[in-house]
Amino acid sequence: MNLGPYANFILSAYGAAALIVIAMVAWVAIDHRRQARALAELEARGVTRRAEQRQGGTTSGAAS
Amino acid sequence: MPLIDLANPTRFLALSHRLLPWFAAATAAAFASGIYLAVSAPDDYQQGATVKIMFVHVPAAWLAMGCWTVMTIAALGTLVWRHPLADVAARAAAPLGAAFTAMCLITGMLWGRPMWGTYWVWDGRLTSVLVLFLMYLGVLALWRTVEDPSRAARAAAVLTLVGAINLPIIKFSVDWWATLHQPASVLRLGGPTIHSSLLTPLLVMALAFLLLFVTLHLAAMRNEIMRRRVRTMLMLQAEAAGH
Amino acid sequence: MTALAALFVRDLKLSVRLGGGALMGVLFFLIVVTLMPFAIGPDLALLARIGPAILWLGALLASLLALDRLIASDYEDGSLDLILMAPAPLELALAAKAIAHWLTTGLPLVIAAPLLGFLLNLDPAATGAVALTLLAGTPALTFIGLIGAALTVALRRGGLLIAVLVLPLTVPVLIFGVAASNAAIVGPLPFGTPFTILCALALMSAVVGPFAAAAALRHGLE
Repeated sequence: MNLGPYANFILSAYGAAALIVIAMVAWVAIDHRRQARALAELEARGVTRRAEQRQGGTTSGAAS
Repeated sequence: MPLIDLANPTRFLALSHRLLPWFAAATAAAFASGIYLAVSAPDDYQQGATVKIMFVHVPAAWLAMGCWTVMTIAALGTLVWRHPLADVAARAAAPLGAAFTAMCLITGMLWGRPMWGTYWVWDGRLTSVLVLFLMYLGVLALWRTVEDPSRAARAAAVLTLVGAINLPIIKFSVDWWATLHQPASVLRLGGPTIHSSLLTPLLVMALAFLLLFVTLHLAAMRNEIMRRRVRTMLMLQAEAAGH
Repeated sequence: MTALAALFVRDLKLSVRLGGGALMGVLFFLIVVTLMPFAIGPDLALLARIGPAILWLGALLASLLALDRLIASDYEDGSLDLILMAPAPLELALAAKAIAHWLTTGLPLVIAAPLLGFLLNLDPAATGAVALTLLAGTPALTFIGLIGAALTVALRRGGLLIAVLVLPLTVPVLIFGVAASNAAIVGPLPFGTPFTILCALALMSAVVGPFAAAAALRHGLE
């Protein structure tokens, strides 16, 4: 494959695009891990969401 | 797939969990074939091999505009139907749109250097993409500044709709301004006159980018729903601790 | 209608009596225009050529200055709640506020522009063209700014965010304002073409601005 005299520009354009795609994927993956860990931690501590709380009664003690 | 399934965040989480691997695989396959086609595409008789930059530049430009369209539809969902999933969709699309716009600008500059002899030309297309980028940053700034998520969603929705009304006007005025100050540019980035041997790789790459956006958007929406759950739980916990 | 008139008169009185917002805007405008020759050199021919652009940029930045007080002061003292509950439509109330705001901050800029034109070596025709385009364009800036003011009303540090949100939306006004001024000075375009579009932009923002700002306030404050 011959990219001609401007091979640098072509390769760096593709490289920049790849970097941005990788950055987006990494952002989504890291964010997912962080939120999943926070959710698991809260659930382990016995905190529940409003929807479940309503089923279990409205006492605030259920959430502590 | 009944729409009602998508309306409930919990159902959405379950459904998107099943769909995500398929979308990711499709994205990878589309990129593999797209890049293969782009590499083996013939050179343009005028631009030589630099035309290969078009295969990333033009799909990024399409997505840059497409993300704002997604945000506009979500904004209507937020303001008219008050749907929490619309808030989530709008919020997840904003950073992706900004990223694709940045990609369009960077590849456009790298294409401009060999073609125009300079990285930046105040050409109508590039300039209106730059303004679009600034507007994405404004929406992101608004999302970050307003603390309460549903209030932030409604403020961002109003701004998105105002932007959707203004973007065609901005495009029109920037084009008008560009033709006023310089003759039509040497190169029409992504103009409609494309040889068919270049059109196939372009369309396959566009499909790959679209699939990438759908995959990332679904995943980011899942993250956003989880972030809101964490927030609600933390606030309930704080409330309980206060008693 | 009387409620709207009362609101209009109240806003006029407040901005004239408190703090002198109008004079601050004009002072800022003067300072920006004074700084320009220090940045680009005292070449009178160059200044005359880019004078309309300098005046327009100065007016654009000066009109941003007072925007953060446009609704936020009413929010702080509670009168915004009364406006929201009043029988008069919120859109019209906001339009009345915007017009009062323009009369006390936009109009002084239009009046000051010809005087600043002397500093930039503009001939009388050019000065008149700039003043006329500012007269048509600054209401558009105020109505677009109204949206930004409504979006950031409840935020503690809204001022900088308003500028970030509003400035990209003012691109068309700036383009056609400067283009119309330049058309009157050097041509080749007739003055009417860009000026008519500028007027259309002003009218459109006068419609979109109050509606969007009202939507932002209704959704943002409940």
